Amino acid sequence: MPFIVELIISLLIVIGGTFLLVGSFGMIKLKDLLPRLHAPTKASTVGLGGLLIASMLFFWIERGHFTIHELLITLFIFLTAPITANLIAKAYMLLNVDPNKDLPPSKQNEGWATFDPIGPEGYDPSEEYKETET
Amino acid sequence: MIEYALNFGFVCVGLALLMNLWRLTSGPTTADRVLAVDTMAINAIALLVLYGIGQGTAMYFEGALLFAMFGFVSTVAYCKFILRGDIIE
Repeated sequence: MPFIVELIISLLIVIGGTFLLVGSFGMIKLKDLLPRLHAPTKASTVGLGGLLIASMLFFWIERGHFTIHELLITLFIFLTAPITANLIAKAYMLLNVDPNKDLPPSKQNEGWATFDPIGPEGYDPSEEYKETET
Repeated sequence: MIEYALNFGFVCVGLALLMNLWRLTSGPTTADRVLAVDTMAINAIALLVLYGIGQGTAMYFEGALLFAMFGFVSTVAYCKFILRGDIIE
């Protein structure tokens, strides 16, 4: 293996490991959950991305043919990270945020969707469920 | 040189997993624990990728892909259970 390729792979591994460490250090450093959601995004983008590109380069040089199947993991993580962050924030707001005190008014007929168990006025999901059940 | 970089990466990921475990055990709210589990899945993927480079086999790639999928599915299931009291309505 040429020296320059080895140097690039090592640098990518070191950068990825450092970003994973920083991302998890933010988990214990930041105070509340909503700032804390910011920390693992570093780990899942640059940290994991650097390691997967290093793995791709390593097996390309080692085996002699180029494959991109490591990029599948990167693509999957990039697609799913916003969805998980949104759902975690919604779960936190439902349990720990008072919508009358901590949130501005929604300026609609109904309140914020996270705190609304039934749905908008005139729409009852239980009726729809009964119709499809029979 | 790759061996030293791999050892550094193993140490970093191990420390990161310990920090996530601390947040998982002492998180003040339920959402903190769910976030800690999600980050632990990401760190487990990184550990599997590093081990695959160290062993020189591409066999651990499938394990990493499975961890990515099941980490996402478990996080969504936990959050849906908190939000709606049910996972599949």
